[in-house]
This record gives sequence, C-alpha cells and structure tokens, in this order.
Amino acid sequence: MTITEKILARASGNDKVSSGDVIFANVDKVMLHDVSGPGVMTIFNDLEKKGRKIEKIWDPSRVWVSEDHFVPSVDKLAAQNIVLVQNFVKKFGIEKHFKYGLGQYGICHTLSHEEALVLPGEVYVGGDSHTNTTGAIGAFATGMGHTDVAYVLLNGKIWFRVPETILFKMEGNIPDYLMAKDVILNIIADHGTDIGNYKTIQFNGSAISNMPMDERFTLTNMTTEAGAKNGIIEPDQTTIDYVNERSNATFTPVFGDSDAEFTDVHTYDVEKMEPIVAKPFSPANRAIVRELGSIPIDKAYIGSCTGAKYTDLVEAAKIIKGNKVKARTEVLPAAQSIYRRALKDGLISIFMDAGAVVGPPTCGACCGAHMGVLAKDEVCVSTTNRNFPGRMGHIGSKTYLASPKVVAASAITGVITDPRDVR
Amino acid sequence: MKAIVHKYEMDNIDTDVIIPGPYLKIMDPDELAKHAMEGLDKDFVGKVNRGDFVVAGENFGCGSSREHAPIALKHAGITAVLALSFARIFYRNSVDGAHLLPIEIDRDAYENISDKDQLEVDINKGEVNNLTKNKIYKMKPFPELIRKIIDVGGLLNYTP
Repeated sequence: MTITEKILARASGNDKVSSGDVIFANVDKVMLHDVSGPGVMTIFNDLEKKGRKIEKIWDPSRVWVSEDHFVPSVDKLAAQNIVLVQNFVKKFGIEKHFKYGLGQYGICHTLSHEEALVLPGEVYVGGDSHTNTTGAIGAFATGMGHTDVAYVLLNGKIWFRVPETILFKMEGNIPDYLMAKDVILNIIADHGTDIGNYKTIQFNGSAISNMPMDERFTLTNMTTEAGAKNGIIEPDQTTIDYVNERSNATFTPVFGDSDAEFTDVHTYDVEKMEPIVAKPFSPANRAIVRELGSIPIDKAYIGSCTGAKYTDLVEAAKIIKGNKVKARTEVLPAAQSIYRRALKDGLISIFMDAGAVVGPPTCGACCGAHMGVLAKDEVCVSTTNRNFPGRMGHIGSKTYLASPKVVAASAITGVITDPRDVR
Repeated sequence: MKAIVHKYEMDNIDTDVIIPGPYLKIMDPDELAKHAMEGLDKDFVGKVNRGDFVVAGENFGCGSSREHAPIALKHAGITAVLALSFARIFYRNSVDGAHLLPIEIDRDAYENISDKDQLEVDINKGEVNNLTKNKIYKMKPFPELIRKIIDVGGLLNYTP
C-alpha cells in the first residue's frame, strides 16, 4: 500500500484498502474558517428547524477554527460572520480558535503546520480546497465543502473513494534562482489542471529530501491546482524535527510499502528547470520568465498560504534588500507568528525600506475579497495559487503566478523579471 | 426532469467564475443565486428557468471548495450539470449537499447537445433524451454510494 492507502486503511479499520474502494474513515482533525464555518452553522440551524437538537459535536478537541478570508472584517456581513463563528466555538466548547486580534492567527493552512495542529499519519479534513497543503507532513489532508464538514462534526467520519496515487520523483538540487513554486507550476503545466482529479499526488526524490518544510508545503498546496484529492510527502527527519519543534504530541509516522502501486511515475531533474510564471488565466499556462518579453506590472503581491510562509519572506527579502520597489508591492505574512519572526529578523524593515506596504495576515487579496484587489486591466505578479478570471479582483485584471523570488525581482524592476537578472 | 440547456462549450469552468470570492460571505442562497456564473456570463441568471440544465466540458467546478457554487446554481434554477468530467469537490458538494445532480456524459453527447436544446434526464434509466434533436445519450452511472446519497436527499440523511 501507498502511504495514503495505509493511512486510510488504519482510519477505516481495514487491514488493507485499494484504490477505488469506497470507505468511511474516522477523521482525526477537522478545520473550519470564516467562510466554511457559517456554512456549517446554516446546516446546523436547518437541522434544528427540522427538529434535530444539536447540543454537542463529536469531539471539540479535534476541531479547530480560523478566521482568515474576510479579516480584518471587510464589511458588516463579514463582521457578522465572525460573530457567528465566535458563538459557535463557544456553544460547542472548541478551544482551538485562532481569532484575529487575539494572539496567534493566520491563514488556516499555514496554522495547520505552524501550530502542528495536524500530525503525521492523521486524517485531516478542512473546509477549504487548499487543505492539501498539510499533506507535506505525511498526513492525509483533503478539502471539502461545508456539508461534509458538518457531517464530520456530527459523526467523526466521512466517506472517501480510496484514490490512486501518481508519484512525482523530483531529483537534483534546486538551484538558488528556483523555488518549489517553479517546480509545481512546471508539473501543472506539463500534466494539466485535472491530472490529479480524484487522485493522490505524492512527491519524493533527492530534491524533496533537500527541501525545507516551507518549500514542501508549496508543492502539496498547489496539488489542489492539479485537481488532486490530496498531496503527500512521506515523513523524514526534516518533517519529524519540524513537528517536534512545534508540538509535544506523540505521533506515529506512516510510510508506504516498498511494493506500493502507483498509477503513474514521473521523474524530473529540477536542475534543468527555469524560473517560470503561470500566465492568466490558468495555473497551467506556463511561460519561462526570460522568454516572456517585457510585461510591466502594476502590483507585486507576496501573500497567501502558498507564498507568504517564513521562507518565502526570507527569499523575497534577499532580493529586495537595498532596492526600491518600482511597482506597488504588498507583503502579507501568512500568520501572525511569521509576521513577528519577520519583524524580529529585520525582514519587515527590508520590505518597508524598499517602499512596500506590509499588511496583516489574511486570504483577502488572493481570493479577490479585500485588502488589495485589482482594478480593471491591472497586471499583478503574485506568489498566490490561482489566476482564474477575476480571481484577484476585477474580471479584466490579470494575474501571473510566480515564486517569491520572481515576484521580488519583478517588484524592484517593475516588469516581470528572472531573479538571475537582478543580481 | 425536462428542461432547457445552457451550454458553455469550455473546459475548467472554475468556482471563481461560478460564484466570485467577494460573495462568499453571503449565506442566503437566493442572494447567492443573483450572482451565479457572474464571472462567465452576466446574462446567466436572467435566462435560466427553474429546472434548467448547464452543459459544459471537462473539469467543471475546479478550484475552491466553496459549496456556494452548487448552491448558487441550484437557487438560480439549475437542477443538473451535464459535463465531460467534474472537479472532485464540486461533485461531492453537489451530491452530499443535495444541491444538484452532477451528470457525466460522453464526448459524443457533449458535442451533439446545443444551447437551448430541450433535454429529459432520467437517472433511473441512466439516459439523457434530447427532445429537440430526438436523440438518446447514455449517462455515466452514479457509483453505488453516490446513488444512495442522492436517493436519501444528501449525506446528512444517510446512514452507512
């Protein structure tokens, strides 16, 4: 069995599961936020109207709640949703509530690993598509809608079709002008935005072994843009150390068997890759930066669960340091803990000295909700994950997805730029 | 189910165009319905009648997990989306939330169906009858569990 099959076998009480089996699996952790949360609450209200009294949920200690999409509250409706979330958390005794303005908070997927809320080997369901991110610690992590999250909250389990696994073997050492973002955008461009549909995308190889966790999270995060049910990386010492630095909890890492079956195996030499962007309006729409011609930008954006982890800020700051930005540049660290660390280590000063604005953690601009959306015809180069029409603002705006290095190089030149060309 | 088709001859219709991000703070389904498909077709809501179908290509509903997408389509009047394939979360949300039927059709059917054709969908027979063109297409059968969830009106009514 693969790691994914072994986790699902354990969680469904089976000795063995195979791809295609439909199972009900026990869930170890579940997450809801200020978009999926109010959806869950609507369902609970509807059930109560039909006569079902809901006085408790399955296990409040396995549930955690983030406020990230519309915070700081963008308007009265968003503010009201935060009140709903607060009342829900209180009613059901959920202690892990990451409330903005009250200590640690941030984007749900970033908190999942920053706070070690999910452990290797666990089954984790989140009410958000980028829940796949957390699979980089060797957990089965998958996104669902609010009906499924409500079902988990009531029953502690959910149905799955056991997915086939596609293995990406990534070999070589990542050159200093590339990041994991270049790697995953190349994979999506080569194989399409639905290669992973109903499937698992697993990564291994020397390039992965050499990657820090923050970079691994970028890979699993964007398996969502390849359509995957989950992205996963088997734990190694880097993983174990990362989790142990953040949690005292005990856990049992799971590894695939040596005879695990993969439906496809694709091998890459990362050393041959070039810095790339995904042009509007698909994450698969690849262009090599040096072959792009001159694309002036209106905005450089460093934010989101994909591209505002600590490592992302460090790499961007190395390029921006000592320069002035030539296009509007917005930096929104993905969690309060990352913001504080960046402040302590001088990264925030580097961004501000360059002229960039630094804002609070939020999903805001990535999903076109608030805190820096794009106007008609504006062009943005962004460390985020999606560039569909209207994703980051006006339907007539254009987003180029890129690594934090490419975004930083572009910020200081005003045109989309290969990081090798600003040294 | 007998109604009119609204055909979008394209792949990868994502949830950002089905219901754009800024509306995700709305929970009222009728309010969401006013913005259904806003990122793709501003006239969509005005031309849909209760019971109608959407026909589209591969990977319908890709992108975010927002259940607002099938909810907005349902409350705009759509009872089924017929597509070559569906993104997995959209499919789950449609079935588990009992919002609409995600029906997989083959390429011949997809190419044969035109905008404004009248279709009759019969999931028991597994058939789509194109009344305008007088043609019958097979739909891909629902997996066993999916069919059971559909029959009981959503996952919350289902007992394993």
